Amino acid sequence: MTPTTFLVGQLFNGLSVSSILLLMALGLAITFGLMGVINMAHGELMMLGSYTAYVLQNLFVRQFGEQNFGGYFLVALPMSFVVAGLMGLLLERALIRHLYGRPLETLLATWGVSLILQQAMRQVFGANNVDVRSPNWLTGRWQPSAGLEFPHLRLFIIVFTALAIAGMYALLFRTNIGLKIRAVTQNRDMSACLGVPTAKVDAYTFSLGSGLAGVAGCILSLMGSVGPTTGQNYIVDAFMVVVLGGVGKLAGAIAGSFGIGECNTLFESFSTATMGKVIVFTLVILFLQWKPSGLFPSKSRSLD
Amino acid sequence: MLTTERLNVYYGESHILRNVSINVPERTVVCLMGRNGAGKTTLLKSLMGLLPARAGRVTLSGQDITRWAPYERARRGMAYVPQGREIIAQLTVQENLILGLATRSARTREIPDRVFQLFPVLKTMLKRRGGDLSGGQQQQLAIARALLAEPKLLILDAPTEGIQPSIIDEIEDVIARIKEQRTMSVLLVEQYLEFAWRLADRYYIMDKGAIVAQGTTDELSQEVAQKHLAV
Repeated sequence: MTPTTFLVGQLFNGLSVSSILLLMALGLAITFGLMGVINMAHGELMMLGSYTAYVLQNLFVRQFGEQNFGGYFLVALPMSFVVAGLMGLLLERALIRHLYGRPLETLLATWGVSLILQQAMRQVFGANNVDVRSPNWLTGRWQPSAGLEFPHLRLFIIVFTALAIAGMYALLFRTNIGLKIRAVTQNRDMSACLGVPTAKVDAYTFSLGSGLAGVAGCILSLMGSVGPTTGQNYIVDAFMVVVLGGVGKLAGAIAGSFGIGECNTLFESFSTATMGKVIVFTLVILFLQWKPSGLFPSKSRSLD
Repeated sequence: MLTTERLNVYYGESHILRNVSINVPERTVVCLMGRNGAGKTTLLKSLMGLLPARAGRVTLSGQDITRWAPYERARRGMAYVPQGREIIAQLTVQENLILGLATRSARTREIPDRVFQLFPVLKTMLKRRGGDLSGGQQQQLAIARALLAEPKLLILDAPTEGIQPSIIDEIEDVIARIKEQRTMSVLLVEQYLEFAWRLADRYYIMDKGAIVAQGTTDELSQEVAQKHLAV
């Protein structure tokens, strides 16, 4: 293996880990980053997306047979957005809107919700993990030269994440609803006085963040098995990315996930997976000691 | 057009507004005066629905709006330029102006040109972030944003506070023009007496959360002003 192929391989693996982290963090960057809601059930919203993929997979296998079930995934992506988004909408209307500005109560209440959702999944799908199989068109790999190989699944995740980010930017910065979301999250009272229905915008925004969590869960279901506690494995990473990047900035989540992903694979390559994680966590903690508001702090005259 | 009847407002347990009854007729400029802490800003916030009324009524064009949310009031023709201007700092000037169109049902993002005729300086800084503007520019932006809603009633809280004289003159011109065209009513809170005097048709003076004097500005005598406004 030449140094170049090693480097390219490393960069690719790092990029793929970064994409996964970013997908996990994207929904949280909205609900926690923009809205400031500490939603401990965010991981469970991802889990809902994963189970949505599982259910659709089974449906498609029954309908089209073992050979041709692959199309399920194209249906599962939007469906997982809808399922998790609706759950988020319900959560916001029934619970979270009563707790705005009360982070401690929000944390406890949403933790309770996460337990309820976990138990509900145990009731429906059983305590054991289930498997979501990759569709055929995602199982191959691309080998441009000896020593280099790019699994289709990872390429797909990278491309999908890039598209998701582009879509988020377009929505937030190019549309009227995006403008209202940014206005309400920055200055609720003034937005209301300008005629923006803030309660409705809150509900949409939270639902959007939740839907994105569902999509992330749908894609992550291809990376490992799905169980009632799957969400818990993701939530720490997701919060870490958002906090490292700087709460409230989408660019921060991108930079944060890229930094963590690349560092993680780099350290793993000359130690073990566990040690790699330990080193990354230590670095993140040290960095936040030095810059507590993250990579991209929000600054402006009115906040001084 | 806008009236309050025996309005009572509290911050927590402290009683701020006591039986405040005012009336802003159609197409008039009404000035609300009073010393610091008299309750002027509280009254405006309560008119916009940002503070709940514990007792009393607020009506707009005959309709009881006491329990309405701020955005519903905005959509019925009330526009508010708060103290401190409340420009949304991370949004560009252009985006702040587009928000001024949020009361319209059409999904337009076109900013009508007449705003730039009133405040030409804004046209040169559309892409800058609102939070980076100077205080005077922010004040002009806030007024422009409010006018874009084409309100029936424009509520201005201390528009000259901390603003350089040349921009105060521009703001005065704009309010004078509104008054001349008689397209909307203006409710103005102002500490700068001369400014208020030149613009307002009617006045209310507040002290300790209650209305203590009212009338047309022509009749406002030195003694009354001295008694309630002198520091």
